[in-house]
Amino acid sequence: MSEANSKSPFAILDQPTRPDDAGRPGPYPRSPALSPRVNPQGEAVTLTIDGKSVTTAPGTVLIEAARQVGIEIPSYCYYPGLSLQGACRMCVVSIEKMGKLQTACTTIVSNGMVVHTDSDEVKNARKAMLEFLLTNHPLDCPVCDKGGECELQDAVFRYGAAETRFLETKQHEEEKKFSSLVYYDRPRCILCYRCIRVCDEGMDVNAYGIGFRGGLSVIIPNRGEHLECEECGMCIDVCPVGALTSGTYRYKTRPWEMTHVGTICNHCGDGCKTTLAIRNNQILRANNRDHSGFNGEFLCAKGRFGWDFVNSDQRLTAPRIKRNRQLESGSWEEALSTAAARLNEIIAKSGPDSVAVLGSNHTANEENYLLQRFARTILGTNNVDHHRTGDFSSLVGALTAANATDRYATMQDVFEASSILLLGSDPTHEHPLVAYQIRQAVRRHDARLYIVNRAELKLRRQASLYLKVEDEGAAVGALAGTGAASPELGTLRERLSKENDTVVVFGDALRGEQVTGLVRWGLTLPGKSRFVALGDYANSRGAADMGVLPDTLPGYAAVADAAARARFESAWGAEIPAQPGRNARAIFAGIESGEIKALLVFGSNPVRSFGVKPETLRKLEFLFVADLFPTETAEVADVVVPAASFAEKSGTVTNTCGQIQALKRTMRKAGTRSDFEILVALAAQFGANWPYRSSEDVLKEIIAQVRGYAIPLPALLVGGAVVTRPQGNPPPLERADLIFSARDSLFTSGSISRYSWALNSLDEAKKPHGTIF
Amino acid sequence: MSDYENYAKGSPLEVKVISKRFGIPNSASIDVYLQHDGYKALQKALGMKPDDVINEVKNSGLRGRGGAGFNAGMKWSFVPKQSSKPKYVVCNADESEPGTCKDRPLMEYDPHQLIEGILIAGYAIQSQQGFIYIRGEYRYLMEIVDRAIEEAYARGYLGKNILGSGFNFDLCTHTGAGAYECGEETALLNSLEGLRGYPRVKPPFPAVVGLYGGPTIINNVETLSNVPHIILNGAEWYAKLGTPKNGGTRLFCLSGCIARPGVYELPMGFPLRRMIEEVGGGVLGGKKLKGVIPGGSSCPVLTADEIDVAMDYDSVAKAGSMLGSGGVVVLDEDTCMVKVAQRIAKFYAHESCGWCVPCREGTAWLKNLLTRFHSGAGVEDDVDTGLDVALNILGKTLCPLGDAAAMPAISIFKKFRHEFEEHLRLGRCPYEKRTVSVA
Repeated sequence: MSEANSKSPFAILDQPTRPDDAGRPGPYPRSPALSPRVNPQGEAVTLTIDGKSVTTAPGTVLIEAARQVGIEIPSYCYYPGLSLQGACRMCVVSIEKMGKLQTACTTIVSNGMVVHTDSDEVKNARKAMLEFLLTNHPLDCPVCDKGGECELQDAVFRYGAAETRFLETKQHEEEKKFSSLVYYDRPRCILCYRCIRVCDEGMDVNAYGIGFRGGLSVIIPNRGEHLECEECGMCIDVCPVGALTSGTYRYKTRPWEMTHVGTICNHCGDGCKTTLAIRNNQILRANNRDHSGFNGEFLCAKGRFGWDFVNSDQRLTAPRIKRNRQLESGSWEEALSTAAARLNEIIAKSGPDSVAVLGSNHTANEENYLLQRFARTILGTNNVDHHRTGDFSSLVGALTAANATDRYATMQDVFEASSILLLGSDPTHEHPLVAYQIRQAVRRHDARLYIVNRAELKLRRQASLYLKVEDEGAAVGALAGTGAASPELGTLRERLSKENDTVVVFGDALRGEQVTGLVRWGLTLPGKSRFVALGDYANSRGAADMGVLPDTLPGYAAVADAAARARFESAWGAEIPAQPGRNARAIFAGIESGEIKALLVFGSNPVRSFGVKPETLRKLEFLFVADLFPTETAEVADVVVPAASFAEKSGTVTNTCGQIQALKRTMRKAGTRSDFEILVALAAQFGANWPYRSSEDVLKEIIAQVRGYAIPLPALLVGGAVVTRPQGNPPPLERADLIFSARDSLFTSGSISRYSWALNSLDEAKKPHGTIF
Repeated sequence: MSDYENYAKGSPLEVKVISKRFGIPNSASIDVYLQHDGYKALQKALGMKPDDVINEVKNSGLRGRGGAGFNAGMKWSFVPKQSSKPKYVVCNADESEPGTCKDRPLMEYDPHQLIEGILIAGYAIQSQQGFIYIRGEYRYLMEIVDRAIEEAYARGYLGKNILGSGFNFDLCTHTGAGAYECGEETALLNSLEGLRGYPRVKPPFPAVVGLYGGPTIINNVETLSNVPHIILNGAEWYAKLGTPKNGGTRLFCLSGCIARPGVYELPMGFPLRRMIEEVGGGVLGGKKLKGVIPGGSSCPVLTADEIDVAMDYDSVAKAGSMLGSGGVVVLDEDTCMVKVAQRIAKFYAHESCGWCVPCREGTAWLKNLLTRFHSGAGVEDDVDTGLDVALNILGKTLCPLGDAAAMPAISIFKKFRHEFEEHLRLGRCPYEKRTVSVA
């Protein structure tokens, strides 16, 4: 019996005891989930699969070893990264010197193993498993959403078993609506339990379970017949068959009728890669189809379902111009010439500093870059700002001052970290991918998570240490040794001093000097500690990097720095005002006091984000808004132009970790123009002849001009995420209330989520913000 | 005590070791147990080195009485000496195999023998915690075992510093909820942890990664009940009771069409024919024998011509079946073998946990096919299809339940094919009385 050789593989499968387990009160930790733990330090193992010699890391499961040499072993219950369970029995292989067929997903490679994956015995066994699976499967492939990309179909295509000997009555059950976005069809379900595991191990929501027993087994949601969860849709993504289907996609199309375009999700700042599937110029589905990028198959509710604002019938499709106190439709030419004329008039009358510009944290880097160039060189003012959701400037400044600009942590660094310090943010809601990466780091790499936060948060379940504090900023001061440290903070400091390569992740609770203090102290921790500042939206980081700031030029060069100004002046062939401009708060105060007479708003809704009253905006002589929707701000504007969404334009965005990725144009929306097109056309109205024919031209200038952005263009164009390492000496933060997170939940995304049917259809979205599922 | 009457009749051929206290009034109480050599073996074991205890059990040839028949001492020796997690002893009292009813009297009439066995096992692997996982339907036994555990705590046989040896051991019972699958050792562990009773992937084996991730030994009630006798009388004495590599005696549960059904303790290697004819008093009503299931419903059926076999693990295996859990089910000439196959298939379809594909889908298919066939709606292909389905389950499931479902079906399809053909020819079951419908 093989119990005798109990030495080799077990050590790898057994979850190592963590030092924290001993001191952990309450229920026993879970039994060791059988997660494959590759041990790259160990000596390589060589085996033979179908006559091919394979050398791989010890601890690798056979199915992965075979994949490395291009041998595909079919499987349903096996899913990379999830625990092993040997349930579907599809991956059986024959191994010499072992009597029975073995499952390739649970067998760990060992030296000298000789494996056959294609013998008659193996083929017959797989065919038998398929025959079993098909006994109760409805074979409604012609109307099944999964038809054409179904793993069960694929396997039957390869191994046969299409003819049935099953003469009994098939079990039938009606389809169930688990939620507005998740439907479950029991007859199609092959019970691979991927959904259960991805929800438990991946999402830490555990919303699924199994009901009944044996052939009557059924996947059940956590609230009776209903699912209450984060609605990430990962269960739908990993489902190998058409058992779990998407409420937004089902019965809309056949998969092969769609065009797939890989681009970047436009909601939060994490920058997940997503594949938009298009048919008839409409997005029908989003999933990261090829599992590329740092998010793998991960997408949250917003990424997977919340793209439908693009298709909303409330989208603006024609410019609107105020005539007789009424916004009326007009032409692009009229809108732009009106805007230019009014702005010229106001500048001539009250000077360029009576005009201000508010940028967006959703628009592309190129557009942000052009926006501040427009403000600085064409309008002639530094009054340009945006809703800052994280203090990137202070992070860049602190790391540059410490000569440590190699210490920006990437999304992969979070995933691979051995130690993570999280301060002042709830990533589960505000940064679903960061939360996912942290959970995976803890689950798969035994990372220790330390949390300092003012509110209760779900990631506490993964935390080795959780400190609830009144004020994260004061806590950081104490940690760094400038304030009085409580015993708990002392413990945290001591624990961290024993960690190596800690990744420090902080939210908007830390600003200005606090960030500087955190970085200074964090750099004294052992190893190569690295930092992530969290900002809310798809291009919050990019807006700061591109200098949509009143006191900072692109690449965090101070406006007051004459040399930096001179560099951009020569690149642009125009003068930049030497005086730093008004920040957002000062702009709104200026409107109130009458000093600011004209405002241009691109992709932002200050009525909602800053709480500016519409009456205040009405005091403006001229308000120009470029947006997707008739927001509260757009409603009081003098000229509103319809902007293109992320799916309708090309460009780049930089995620909260500073990784730049390309947006690809997926579709067109009649009547709209991208901010790039709007800005170039507007500049032309002012007589400027900008040399940009496409956003790529702007990107090339960014690569040349913006420090930290000297990235290899091909890496970006093939869909890679390229790390930027900005360095600069931005001026200190003027006032703390310039930086604040919008505290979006899993189901909100500033103003645009209001136009998403999918997100608003969820019962969970009606729960109080911060609800833990 | 009236229940005992059934066992008390016994047979002069019995060799009573673990059943020797059955029939003594109040045998479940600790006082009676102590009067009859109770806890002497524990005392002796505590004076031995743990490794010596393991070797003694290994040398006795004691093989697992739950069904798989793995050498118990060998199993214990796989437990790592050093472990960062606690080690556990788990007693598998989830006796659910149709035809098997031996753990029940062991717990009912001699629970202290079991507790002593668990204590010795705990000492041998240096564990401090034991669990007795009792079948949900045996709830009344739990009261008896719980009372015995209480008594043992009160007298210092359980708890801290047992018999002044410095050895600590705690023991408690846990009830199953009515799932055959939880008799499979890893499913039992999951159930004990409060999870669904699904089997785990092996390796790692429970001896290395078991309950709550700690090294765990899981033994059947009967296995553990033998341990005190081995320690007290020596491995050699025990081994000699049986045949080579099959030490000791075994409780056989005779049931079905037999004159004197009951639980009999017989030495390993006792001939099956004598067991039926002499111990059990022959086939009920003097009818002819058709077949025997030698070790519980999961074993292949032996035909009447195949019963000249010694009842030990190796001999029965050679004869093409399994000693299993010792449930000997006798089938007479009036038994419909299609109905037997259907009944067994129905049991396994009901009890399949549903975790892996071949067992979940295959057992249900077999059940439906055989039910239809027996009702007279069979078609010619059914016999081959049924056999193929069973063969496709065999050896491909995660845990042995699939094999347990497949093996009896395969044996019946192969050995009693003529009965299937008879059903087809008549369009009904030849063994069932014909019901005449009056229009």
